[in-house]
Amino acid sequence: MDIDVQKVAMLARIRLTDDEATELGPQLSEILGYVDQLAAVNTDGIVPTAHPHDAAMPLRANIVTNGNHRDALQAVAPKTEAGLYVVPKVIE
Amino acid sequence: MPFSSLSHIQERLNNAETTAVEVAQLYLNRIAAYNDTLNAFVHIDSAHVLAQAEASDKYRAEHGARALEGLPIAIKDIFCTQHGPTQCCSNILKDFHAPYDAHVITKLKEAGAVLVGKTNMDEFAMGSSNETSAFGLCRNPWNTDCIPGGSSGGSAVAVAAALTPAALGTDTGGSIRQPASLTGITGLKPTYGRVSRRGIIAFASSLDQAGPMTRTVKDAAMITAAIAGHDSGDATSVADAPGPQSQADWLAVCDQKDMKGMRIGVPKEYFVEGMDADVRVQVEAALKQCEALGAELVDISLPNTNLAVAAYYVIAPSEASANLSRYDAVRFGHRCDNPEDLLDMYTRSRDEGFGSEVKRRILTGAFALSSGYYDAYYLKAQQVRTMIQQDFLTAFESVDIIATPTSPITAFKLGEKTDDPLTMYLSDIYTIAVNLAGLPGLSQPCGFAHDLPVGLQWIAPAWREDVLLGAASAYEATSHWYNKTPQAFDQPSGGET
Repeated sequence: MDIDVQKVAMLARIRLTDDEATELGPQLSEILGYVDQLAAVNTDGIVPTAHPHDAAMPLRANIVTNGNHRDALQAVAPKTEAGLYVVPKVIE
Repeated sequence: MPFSSLSHIQERLNNAETTAVEVAQLYLNRIAAYNDTLNAFVHIDSAHVLAQAEASDKYRAEHGARALEGLPIAIKDIFCTQHGPTQCCSNILKDFHAPYDAHVITKLKEAGAVLVGKTNMDEFAMGSSNETSAFGLCRNPWNTDCIPGGSSGGSAVAVAAALTPAALGTDTGGSIRQPASLTGITGLKPTYGRVSRRGIIAFASSLDQAGPMTRTVKDAAMITAAIAGHDSGDATSVADAPGPQSQADWLAVCDQKDMKGMRIGVPKEYFVEGMDADVRVQVEAALKQCEALGAELVDISLPNTNLAVAAYYVIAPSEASANLSRYDAVRFGHRCDNPEDLLDMYTRSRDEGFGSEVKRRILTGAFALSSGYYDAYYLKAQQVRTMIQQDFLTAFESVDIIATPTSPITAFKLGEKTDDPLTMYLSDIYTIAVNLAGLPGLSQPCGFAHDLPVGLQWIAPAWREDVLLGAASAYEATSHWYNKTPQAFDQPSGGET
């Protein structure tokens, strides 16, 4: 299978150098070629797995329990200012 | 002492023959002596380890001992810990300090354990050899030219070389059991939902599960009992698991060491071409021994086994590509220098931060989930997953437990498979189905081939860790493999005599 590696990389928001793209292209084709054996399996009427044990989601009371940890959480951010995350300019 | 089991150290602590500080110092000395060679630990803070040990001795004196009082446990770099860095052995998380402890870390602390550093691993747990770590490869103590397995390679090596008596790992497709097998130790992957995943850096959320890596089966039971249980912070952790699940139940099973009348299923699909002949001899000898212990071997078939790797390499990368989208260089993690605009910041930061295996998996997943391919890949794989699960359910109608080799081969040479991702993926061929079906699995040493350890894998029905522990402890009681130590590292205190 031929895959447009640069297109997939852009979907995943990863910039690939040309060298990386050249290396990854055939590897992805090989991996997807291997998983293509699934296509031959008859799965008519088989329910896809959603949870390994089909367990019901537990419910909890709708109350705030974790408090305000803004400073601790922002301490690990690359760039913040006045409690806000700073990113390159988005709007002209 | 360094190669003692956790339960033996516990006994000595309870009898006041040693202290938590002495125990911690012994292992810190061994880490200082051997870690440069093995690279099992990527972070150690000796002062912090000793401070925990001191606090534990004080707690014992004032209140008595908790379940893991004073026992050293090393932590895979995938678990968030408030103290020290949590980097998942990736450059995108270089120098990241987690703002909170993973739930299992809190549980270990509450049980009185002494947490010993962070262990090496494949980057984001994606790998079977520990070679994708951004912090350097890790060596197998039985032959330092060989890989230790992965992704919990550092945890496996730390236990196998007695740099710690026990460690915590995670297992998404075999990442506890395969390195345990290749380094000659015991590793247990609990039933999916048994242990909270909160604060464990996510790889593939429907498969990930944390578990112990230890010298003995009972040690694995002690740690599993301490970390298991519902956590309101992880909706997939189960509150009302059926069957025995208290610490007392699991430890009692380990003490019984009995497999009389147990029906052990031996799946023909796990003994096929591609398996090392010497590995096969060891595993078959172990099964014979189980028969001698009163178990009955039953030939079974798990007909969809050959599809497990293909289904896994759709499901795990798909979930990984979604999980790893959080590394956007905004809230935490690496940000590239001088980004031109937002898109440049995302794409360049992620290119610089992720290693090549992680990129390979993200791209595989992004492709499988992309418009027009979802039904053919992701949906299909989840249907095949149901079929694989069904195979196990059918088998467990006629047997109590299943036994297989953990890995088709022994540890391979460093660098041998790094150029061939697909061959590397196939090295998890015997462990992956267990994750897809959400079952508990355990690997324990059962012999040597080519002077390297061979592992026996046990697979039990969901929530039946007690059955796993019963079979494995009965086998262990009549074997001596778990007691073997790698000669180059068996000096008592780090090379000094």
